[in-house]
Amino acid sequence: MSRIKNAFDNKKAFIAFLTAGDPDYETSLNNFRAVIEAGADLIEVGIPFSDPIAEGPVIQEADIRALSSGMTTDKVFRLVKDLRKDYDLPIVFMTYANPVYHYGADEFFKNASEAGADGIIIPDCPFEERGEFEGSAAKYGMDFISMIAPTSEDRIKTIASQAKGFIYVVSSLGVTGVRSEITTDLDSIIKLIKEATDTPAAIGFGISTPAQAAEMSKKADGVIVGSAMVRIVAENGKDAPAKLAEYVKSMKAGINI
Amino acid sequence: MSEILENAVKGRFGEFGGQYIPETLMNEIHKLEAAYEHYKNDPEFCAELDKLNREYAGRPSLLYYAEKMTRDLGGAKIYLKREDLNHTGSHKINNVLGQVLLAKKMGKTRVIAETGAGQHGVATATAAALMDMECEIFMGEEDTIRQSLNVYRMELLGAKVHAVKTGTRVLKDAVNEAMREWTGRVDDTLYVLGSVMGPHPFPTIVRDFQSVISKESRAQILEAEGKLPDVVIACVGGGSNAIGSFYEYIKDEGVQLIGCEAAGLGVDNPKNAATMANGSLGIFHGMKSLFCQDKYGQIAPVYSISAGLDYPGIGPEHAYLASIGRAQYVPITDEEAVRAFEYLSKTEGIIPAIESSHAVAHVMKIAPEMPKDSIIVCTISGRGDKDVAAIARYRGVEIYE
Repeated sequence: MSRIKNAFDNKKAFIAFLTAGDPDYETSLNNFRAVIEAGADLIEVGIPFSDPIAEGPVIQEADIRALSSGMTTDKVFRLVKDLRKDYDLPIVFMTYANPVYHYGADEFFKNASEAGADGIIIPDCPFEERGEFEGSAAKYGMDFISMIAPTSEDRIKTIASQAKGFIYVVSSLGVTGVRSEITTDLDSIIKLIKEATDTPAAIGFGISTPAQAAEMSKKADGVIVGSAMVRIVAENGKDAPAKLAEYVKSMKAGINI
Repeated sequence: MSEILENAVKGRFGEFGGQYIPETLMNEIHKLEAAYEHYKNDPEFCAELDKLNREYAGRPSLLYYAEKMTRDLGGAKIYLKREDLNHTGSHKINNVLGQVLLAKKMGKTRVIAETGAGQHGVATATAAALMDMECEIFMGEEDTIRQSLNVYRMELLGAKVHAVKTGTRVLKDAVNEAMREWTGRVDDTLYVLGSVMGPHPFPTIVRDFQSVISKESRAQILEAEGKLPDVVIACVGGGSNAIGSFYEYIKDEGVQLIGCEAAGLGVDNPKNAATMANGSLGIFHGMKSLFCQDKYGQIAPVYSISAGLDYPGIGPEHAYLASIGRAQYVPITDEEAVRAFEYLSKTEGIIPAIESSHAVAHVMKIAPEMPKDSIIVCTISGRGDKDVAAIARYRGVEIYE
């Protein structure tokens, strides 16, 4: 049984995303540690990609910083291995189809699982193409996490009923990035999901403030934050860990209201 | 619906192709597929498109017997399929008239597109102007500099041009940005993809609209020579003019199909865009195909003097044709292409696009070795006016545009 469910046990999950290796291996490792110590329930470890088509400018730049610092998929596995020495929280990867496919799906999931990861999110691999990765992921005990978008409509039930780990509910159209307002009718989407499955659903894309976190956690089982955290990394360099910890605590407080 | 979801292995060419795009776009891409399946067999749609092709784009394009070039090279008879004579100066108009008309039928009011050299952007802006659609074009910042005249041309046609400042700032990055834009606004917008790439159904739609090239050339050569050509040659970036030039001949096994890709400074030099020579299997821009990439699957920066061939991947149907040996792909360097650009200008009084010059360069290599009764059909995918300033710079001549 995957660790992922622990993130949602009797609580709303705060899910934190950072790009691995941004701006370098050591700082990135310290940033993840700070985020975990501050109370993140699940972390998404971004494996940087040269052309992240689902990302807004903030995470695009993080990917460039990470790749420029020499980050590779194997080093991301090492980073997770380093974290696993101290922490037992669920860890999932977020990356694009090509880094996984070109590495060799079987080899990738074998190494990912050995490193201690529990699942993967691949935004450019929709439900129809999941066969490309799902089998290898399952073979090594990793969950292939499905996404549901504001445009999913008649696809929601089918996707939800077969979902593993948790469901990533995309809050808004477009790419990742901070938004002042989320206008999608998320209640209706979550209702359809709940009719189809017990797998927890977490909302991501555009969430940055404790107030938004509070609002979204009332609707769903968890809240995912990426760009707002990556921006803290970009603006604070080596001082990022303390700032990230402060931020995670404020978001957790928002969720627990 | 769930049945469709379960059984979907559509849009594959062998193992290549597929639909690797964000969930946000999936319903829209299914709608596009359904609309295309309907309209491609709709007599009214076909009649409208045919009329646009004839009365607006200037089709059929000429199949021109290049007599002087034939005599000079001393081998095969060389015919040029003159897509450069189309309205807007390239084959790109064939696809955009079809796609923008389709967008209109789907009730869209806005089209977006990527462009490399600017030819597809200009064509899209043109069709949008004609059909009263809002139009936004994404073009790598580097290409907006290399092809500044085309930027102004698109603006003149009423389009908004976004200079893409992310990544390597060329065609690949323009595609990224157009895809990002589409995920943000699907209701009223169709992404008019310019090549036989991206997620299904784009490679099929673009191929079908471009196959008018080989439909015409096959009939024209039979009319002129009473037999099929021995070789059909076209340049390949994503591969739209090449697949259009090949398609009707695929079933004619005796006709050799050759795609010419951009080798930049040479296939062994890091500065090239020769996907068939150097690429490996990957999943990117919605499709499984061949890509220039490193061992971790990071897409490699590519280079070519031609902004239109400066792409790290190739359409899935080309990857398939290569894998089964039905088509061959050869690398052509910048220098070879520039020499062909100059050669065709001086020999036939035809200034080809620097993209098309890659195909001409290969004709120059193989024609002399072929028997005099053999025939080559080479597609001149576009005219070279847009490239004159860049070629002058390449030759060390400074001119003011």
